[in-house]
Amino acid sequence: MSVPPVTEAELNAYVDAVLPPARAAEVEAYLAERPDEAARVASYREQAHALRREFDQVLDEPVPERLRPPPPARALRRYAAVLAWIVLGGAIGWQLHAYTSVRQVEAGAWARRAAMAHVTYSPEVRHPVEVGADQEAHLVAWLSKRLGTPLKVPHLGGLGYSLVGGRLLPGDRGPVAQFMYQDGKGLRLTLYVRVNPDASRETAFRFSQEQGISVFYWLDKKLGYALSGEIDKSDLLRVADAVYKQLNP
Amino acid sequence: MSDDDGLIAQQIPRLRRYARALTGDRSAADDLVQDTLERALSRYHLWRRGSDLRAWLFTIMHNIYVNQARSRARHQHEALEADPGAEALRGRDPDWMELRDLASALARVPEEQRAVLLLVGLEQFTYDEAARVLEIPIGTVMSRLSRGRERLRILIGGDAGVTALKVVK
Repeated sequence: MSVPPVTEAELNAYVDAVLPPARAAEVEAYLAERPDEAARVASYREQAHALRREFDQVLDEPVPERLRPPPPARALRRYAAVLAWIVLGGAIGWQLHAYTSVRQVEAGAWARRAAMAHVTYSPEVRHPVEVGADQEAHLVAWLSKRLGTPLKVPHLGGLGYSLVGGRLLPGDRGPVAQFMYQDGKGLRLTLYVRVNPDASRETAFRFSQEQGISVFYWLDKKLGYALSGEIDKSDLLRVADAVYKQLNP
Repeated sequence: MSDDDGLIAQQIPRLRRYARALTGDRSAADDLVQDTLERALSRYHLWRRGSDLRAWLFTIMHNIYVNQARSRARHQHEALEADPGAEALRGRDPDWMELRDLASALARVPEEQRAVLLLVGLEQFTYDEAARVLEIPIGTVMSRLSRGRERLRILIGGDAGVTALKVVK
């Protein structure tokens, strides 16, 4: 009948929103009767915000030359174990030789970044996203602010994919947004959104596929989109089409 | 740039953010990131593909930081004996105005608590991930987190008077 006493560890877990809902409710009731403790919890929450306010700017600073990766030749010799990745890059690069325009090569390079971001984050079990779909409005507002232009997040429920959430990533020209979706079986797609250097440009869908990852990418005036997933080209095209239609109603 | 470098390169801004907060010093932070990247690249074959690259990099960074902290403590000790004036630079005994500044308050949180505070509060690691990065039991993560948060709260002077008294032992 009586509620077990609230421990210090639980107060911290409450701050980090990782308590089971039932226990969180008990902690809430406990705090409601103890203004001092409630103030302490509030100040812990504020600490996390203050830390991000203070240090998030580091993310936008240009990376100093000395921290950039070594030239490829040296890298190839040293890191033979990552052959798979080199093959991926090489294959996409080879495809790009078919194109002649510098702009198109550039477009392919960012699609490759999108594919890498997909590979990096889609296997994540505990931290697939920074902000979850339960805070969708906040997520969109935050990423719009960081990219400096209003974003829209497509809803793909009609195709069986629900929004997991999103995250901010460093791109080659500033912040980039990644939205993640998953279907009922846990299959994940990511939509990578960047700000285009040339805001007047539009392109058709382009496609590349390597190592089982399919990517459709296109430029749509201010923003560029790359949709990645480990699914068939035709399935991914259906999703890309839905994304495009929602963004251009 | 080859692709393995690209994957690691994506993590550089976050490594820099954490290192900046941890060391409180721009160039010391970038030194730490540079050491981390070098070690990570030389051991890249040890990274289990599909596992969390970020956590792996943070683990490497933490190990380097701890080792350097040990040698820093040794050198600092020597330097203090040799040059008492050096303490003014390193001793960091800011007045209350400065203490309100988050970065300097953070610098006064003991290192091991600060690391947990930043991994959880700034980098949004779960307790479990922080435990793995720091190679300590999760119970230790919890106790360092709660002590670190309380310490920082007092240092920032969130609610002045009463807590300020606790600082003056």
